[in-house]
Amino acid sequence: MTEYLYYPGCSVKGAGQPYERSLLAVFRALGQGLTEIDDWNCCGATAYLSVDQDMALLLASRNLALAERAAGKDVVAPCSGCFLALTKAQETLKEYPEHRARVVEALGRAQLAYRGTARVRHPLEVLLRDVGAEEIQRRVKRPLKHLRVAPYYGCAILRPYQSVDDAHTPHVLEDLIRLTGATAVDFAHKSRCCGGMLTTGVQTVGLRLVEILLDAAKQVEADVIVTTCPLCQYNLEVYQDRLRKVTGNRYDIPILYFTQLLGLALGLSDAELGMDMLLRVPVLAAVKA
Amino acid sequence: MEIHRQVKYEEELDPGFASAVAAEPGGEGIWDCLQCGTCSAICPVSVYMDRTPREIVGLVRAGFREEVLAAVSPWICTSCYACTVECPAGIRITDIMYIVKRMAMKEGIRHRFVIPAIEEAFVEMVRRHGRLTEGRMGIKVAWKSGLRNAASMVPVAWKLLRKDRLKILRAERMRDPASLRAVLDGVGARPAKRPTPKGVPA
Amino acid sequence: MSPDERPRIGVYVCDCGFNILGTVDVPAVVEYSKTLEGVAVAREYRYMCSDPGQDLIKKDVKEMGLNRLVVAACSPWLHERTFRKTAADAGLNPFLFHMVNIREGVSWVTADKAAATEKAKVLVRAGVRRVALQEPLEPRREPVNPDVLVLGGGIAGIHAALTLANAGKRVTLVEREPSIGGNMARFDKTFPTLDCASCILTPKMTAVKDHPNITLYTYSEVVQVDGFVGNFEVTIERKPRYVREDLCIGCLKCIDECVYRDLRFPNAFDLGLGKRKPIYVPFPQAVPLKPVIDPHDCLYLKLGKCKLTCVEACEVDAIDFAMKPERVTVQVGAIIVATGFQPFDARRKPQYGYGVLPNVVTALEAERLLSPTGPTEGVPKLKDGTLPKTVGIIHCVGSRDENTNAYCSKVCCMYSLKLAHLVKERTGAEVYNFYIDMRTPGKGYEEFYKKLLEEGAKLVRGRVAEVTNAALSKGETGKLIIRVEDTLAGQVRRIPVDMVVLSVGMEPQADAREVRRRLNLSCGSEGFFTELHPKLAPVSTATDGVFIAGACQGPKDIPESVAQAGAAAAEALALVDRGTVEVQPYVAVVDEDLCSGCRICLGLCPYDAIEFEAEKKVARITEVKCKGCGVCVVGCPSTAIDQRHFRTSYLLEEVAGVLA
Repeated sequence: MTEYLYYPGCSVKGAGQPYERSLLAVFRALGQGLTEIDDWNCCGATAYLSVDQDMALLLASRNLALAERAAGKDVVAPCSGCFLALTKAQETLKEYPEHRARVVEALGRAQLAYRGTARVRHPLEVLLRDVGAEEIQRRVKRPLKHLRVAPYYGCAILRPYQSVDDAHTPHVLEDLIRLTGATAVDFAHKSRCCGGMLTTGVQTVGLRLVEILLDAAKQVEADVIVTTCPLCQYNLEVYQDRLRKVTGNRYDIPILYFTQLLGLALGLSDAELGMDMLLRVPVLAAVKA
Repeated sequence: MEIHRQVKYEEELDPGFASAVAAEPGGEGIWDCLQCGTCSAICPVSVYMDRTPREIVGLVRAGFREEVLAAVSPWICTSCYACTVECPAGIRITDIMYIVKRMAMKEGIRHRFVIPAIEEAFVEMVRRHGRLTEGRMGIKVAWKSGLRNAASMVPVAWKLLRKDRLKILRAERMRDPASLRAVLDGVGARPAKRPTPKGVPA
Repeated sequence: MSPDERPRIGVYVCDCGFNILGTVDVPAVVEYSKTLEGVAVAREYRYMCSDPGQDLIKKDVKEMGLNRLVVAACSPWLHERTFRKTAADAGLNPFLFHMVNIREGVSWVTADKAAATEKAKVLVRAGVRRVALQEPLEPRREPVNPDVLVLGGGIAGIHAALTLANAGKRVTLVEREPSIGGNMARFDKTFPTLDCASCILTPKMTAVKDHPNITLYTYSEVVQVDGFVGNFEVTIERKPRYVREDLCIGCLKCIDECVYRDLRFPNAFDLGLGKRKPIYVPFPQAVPLKPVIDPHDCLYLKLGKCKLTCVEACEVDAIDFAMKPERVTVQVGAIIVATGFQPFDARRKPQYGYGVLPNVVTALEAERLLSPTGPTEGVPKLKDGTLPKTVGIIHCVGSRDENTNAYCSKVCCMYSLKLAHLVKERTGAEVYNFYIDMRTPGKGYEEFYKKLLEEGAKLVRGRVAEVTNAALSKGETGKLIIRVEDTLAGQVRRIPVDMVVLSVGMEPQADAREVRRRLNLSCGSEGFFTELHPKLAPVSTATDGVFIAGACQGPKDIPESVAQAGAAAAEALALVDRGTVEVQPYVAVVDEDLCSGCRICLGLCPYDAIEFEAEKKVARITEVKCKGCGVCVVGCPSTAIDQRHFRTSYLLEEVAGVLA
């Protein structure tokens, strides 16, 4: 049983609740502990960096400083955006001593120490590396046979730090999909940006990016797309109807979190995994539990 | 048909602009640019930009301050980092976009779409509560982006609300947001009161 | 000079025009020098290295009976040799001279004049104390073997071998592949003249074969190099061809009669695009034109069972399955390394789809597709056998890229333009070139570029971000799509093509590291062998007697490779024709009485110059191999090793002079 610190981020408390539910359920089922960091704050995402760099670094590093208090425990950050914001802050402070000095000083005023030693990890990588493929395979009770699953990595877990997988030839999400018994269907653009905030801010552009991804998944006849980030999941899921209005093309693809897919294969219930919170759910072949 | 004369005199350029950008984290790479265009080619949204990422770096280096700060491009950038990964000269173009955004924000340069307003709302909400309540952010965005855009957000909101994924009533907040404010104030004061917004230069 | 003769030192401080005088108060340094112990005379002169300057020294030596000389001037790199000769001309042993650098080390790097003068005084003082201890030395002369070994049978190696052979030298040419010719043999036409590569190469290859002074070992590798300049012993391992070269007449009937009716195995010469039988010649103009049998493919060698129709067909009984690797040793005076390059592995750029998407080929593969002896008989075709209608050539693949190789590979722009011309000519396809900069600096290169422009070549200035088959519009379905920013037009473009050619850069050979170790060569950060001086000694190396030529020294085209090969041959000739080689006397010497036999020094010596003398149980240094690096002197725990002209006592005295 490994204990991890848990940094939820704002999204999984909102539209991304299915992610949090399924994440907690899966970790519990696999015997891993997650402890939410006490009084964490927003990571700043991409918005803060556009306004003020030092404040952005502070937001992220306050969480890292909190995490460092529980020395030795790795931080699991499920939202890819948070994962990147925290990692980027840590790397920036490592490389630019002037900014580091300012941040350390500011944190000091709140009696927080920053050493840059926290290990920030994404649950996809944690599950495959720490729990391991063999162990996961062993615990699969309900292989998702005949389900064609398209892996959508999004940007943040692959770029720019490539800490979860190689940016050009990633495969870990496909590896996970195969462990669940489902068929991983390779599709073009599996790491092309979903548009992030653009669907809200500049909808014509955002919709087009979503359309490209959904078209690609449709082309390979994917039953389901799995994602690793609440914003990606939201973009791909919520705009399908709007796209139909705008383009006339019909999309009816359920967008799941990879933790939900894994949870289903582990035999966990729909309620535990927040499946009922999705707008569309996949039809799974009836399999003996 | 209107005929314009376009020439740039040296005194119209800002010789310190490139160095100012280069002084920020990630900006130091601008000197290495070969102007190869790989960034623009891999960027998923460059076709929507008025200046491609390559052009932005080129203009920064040459000191075209006004043009760069007025460009719409950095605001369309989604920070996907594809350019940063592909750049053969190792330039962190995404960071350069952030630098330009910050500079434009400081000068109050506005654009006709809503993204800078969203980011300011984000900053304000996090300052106040320490975390974002997505539903409430949605309302702010709808408010700032005008009636038409707001109207288009309603179906989305309704879908999420039905599935209990839209948080509006209960704010997501830290137990002690003051402790966060103490830290934020420690580093360089509140975001200053914004100067009167300037129009987008012709 | 006898040990109890007192030193009579002459100190000469040079103004070097204004270079030294402008910062250092030279007269003050001269005055100061007169006060130093042992100094008989101290003078200032405007240009010490000039004839009058040297004459001044010679006059003093004769008239004042000087027995030691110090010149305080520029760096020893420039004029140590000059003043040693001056000393010798005056009848003094050249090693009783010491040069103090007060230019590069003082006047050129110190702004404050007072500080510079002080520093000059200190350095002269130290030099005077050192020179008083110096002993006379004689440079050594060793005989030189007139034969030469050339490693690598590409165009550079071939040219070097022929040049030396024509000069009457006996040359051993060693080539790893079954035939000489190297990469140039793979090309169709060469830029900028569009000469057929084989047509200009094969006469030289034949000349090598026929030359009485050249011994050609193909399908062979150099496995060990011992010795030193002028006296190398090289061990060559000859891989078994299973066909006796001395018996084979080159009729090639064995290949026709091989039990494999069709060509099945990938041919390395065709980069795997073409196929061959287990018994084969790599290409029709191979030299030597003798077949070779691949033991991984041949039924008899793999399984022991075969009808052996090849043996039956051979009228001279040349096939011999019992052949084993054979070692040959040659003695040579000089070695020329011309081992060439390997192309950048395009799989390292997954963005371009090489090895994943169909019809994406490297430039070298394209050469084979364009070559009349290649797998498609000179007409590039798609995987499905049809002709391409559009082709995209991507420049700078793997080059000018921090993520792979940061350097520019020099030849790719020219060969990409050449390929554009040839592809268009053979297939009628529309050809696009995607480049960052168009680099065409050689003779006739700009003219070639202009020719391509006038032919209507579609040149797009933009580095390609990715090649994909994910179509976004109808016109793109089934094509390879190139996404690029046309920087000149200021527009992002998506260009669908049938075939993509990747202009890969040049890299050192995969085994460059092993070759370096065997020959004691250094390399740069990219792995190419390092020349002695980038401007003035491009084909010599820091290892005396070993020269480099061609692409193994850095990316370059054929004219440059040939020029370097000629240069290396000339340097080798200069070395071996002299008959003897002078070796610096700065060798380390073991005091056998002090040596404890611990053997620490053996492992320290980078030149393998120290041996353990088992009888006396002491270390022994082979003078000719010693390069005077001083590592053993420092490493010896018994202080049993000292170095001539750099004795520990001299160095300590010099330091004492500085600290005094």
